[in-house]
Amino acid sequence: MMNENILTCRNLSKNYAHLSALSGINMNIPRGRIIGLLGPNGSGKTTFMKIANGLIVPSEGELLIGGHRPGPETKKIVSFLPATDYLPSWMSVENLVRFFSDFFGDFNAEKADGMLKRLDIDTRARLKTLSKGTKEKVQLILAMSREAQLYLLDEPIGGVDPAARDYILNTIITNYNEDASVIISTHLIADVEKVLDDVIFIQNGQIQLCRPVDEIREQEGKSVDAYFREVFRC
Amino acid sequence: MEWNFDNQRPIYTQLAEMIRMCIISGIYQPGSRLPSVRELANEASVNPNTMQKALAELERTGLIYAVRTSGRFVTEDEEKIASARRSLAEGEVEKFLRKMKDLGIGRDEVIELIRRSETGGKEETVRTSDVSVSDGTQETA
Repeated sequence: MMNENILTCRNLSKNYAHLSALSGINMNIPRGRIIGLLGPNGSGKTTFMKIANGLIVPSEGELLIGGHRPGPETKKIVSFLPATDYLPSWMSVENLVRFFSDFFGDFNAEKADGMLKRLDIDTRARLKTLSKGTKEKVQLILAMSREAQLYLLDEPIGGVDPAARDYILNTIITNYNEDASVIISTHLIADVEKVLDDVIFIQNGQIQLCRPVDEIREQEGKSVDAYFREVFRC
Repeated sequence: MEWNFDNQRPIYTQLAEMIRMCIISGIYQPGSRLPSVRELANEASVNPNTMQKALAELERTGLIYAVRTSGRFVTEDEEKIASARRSLAEGEVEKFLRKMKDLGIGRDEVIELIRRSETGGKEETVRTSDVSVSDGTQETA
């Protein structure tokens, strides 16, 4: 049987010289949830994502995915969408689809083709000729076309127009399966709120709260977006 | 159907209300099978877990019931639907009367207004478009 939590952090900390980017994070992410990782700029969201993907290592504590530390085992089951451009820009979209097919055993090329068509993306175009928003769509489509157990999406919809944003969020919930979880870091809370199960508020490298969206609405009488603005008022 | 949500209340509560409305208004007929959780969640662009919760809420009130392996159905008990309709109507009337009270309109005047609107006695039927085109001078909204 698969363990209940797809991701576990124990006393997870990351320091850069004198700066503490994450300090003492303890949390469990169950399977079958869509979770928003929300926090002001510089709160540690991307640091968390990088640790979960093995791009950097923790200074203290550990992060486990499916019981393993980030490495080849976890990369098989984690689909990561970084916040920055990371794909070779000289490649065409169709080449990237092939590249992903070769690279990831769980990549569903049919799904990718379907989404690319739906969003009217010219698959013969090279990545570098695409607009910022279209490039983001391509990267997100590639990430969501894997049949992964954990999707880590760092700022996935920032540059995407509202209509495509709706389509992409729909794609996320259509892909939903009860063994997989999705963690989305974003500032566009109002847009993602209705697709989330839970939200995690993070600030100064520490978790401020972790609650279901409907619980916040029920108990605070306001949307998560409004609540975020209140908690993190500048 | 439009699935719009307000910002104050839990999403599952609002989903349950919308589906209840569909049942009361006959979009979902008594005894008919509801779309699956996944279909409904996709249609409303919400998380399937949230939709699940909304349906559980409706099951609790008896407006829908689940049949193992074959899905969820609208109740065949028309009395139950009628009573849901009534309590919804009562709630709406109460809301309306509260608003009228805030406006300082008394009971008799309310009744008079309702009667007049029923007989089609409207003073103003011409609606101008909300969009206006300015003539050259830029107006920033």
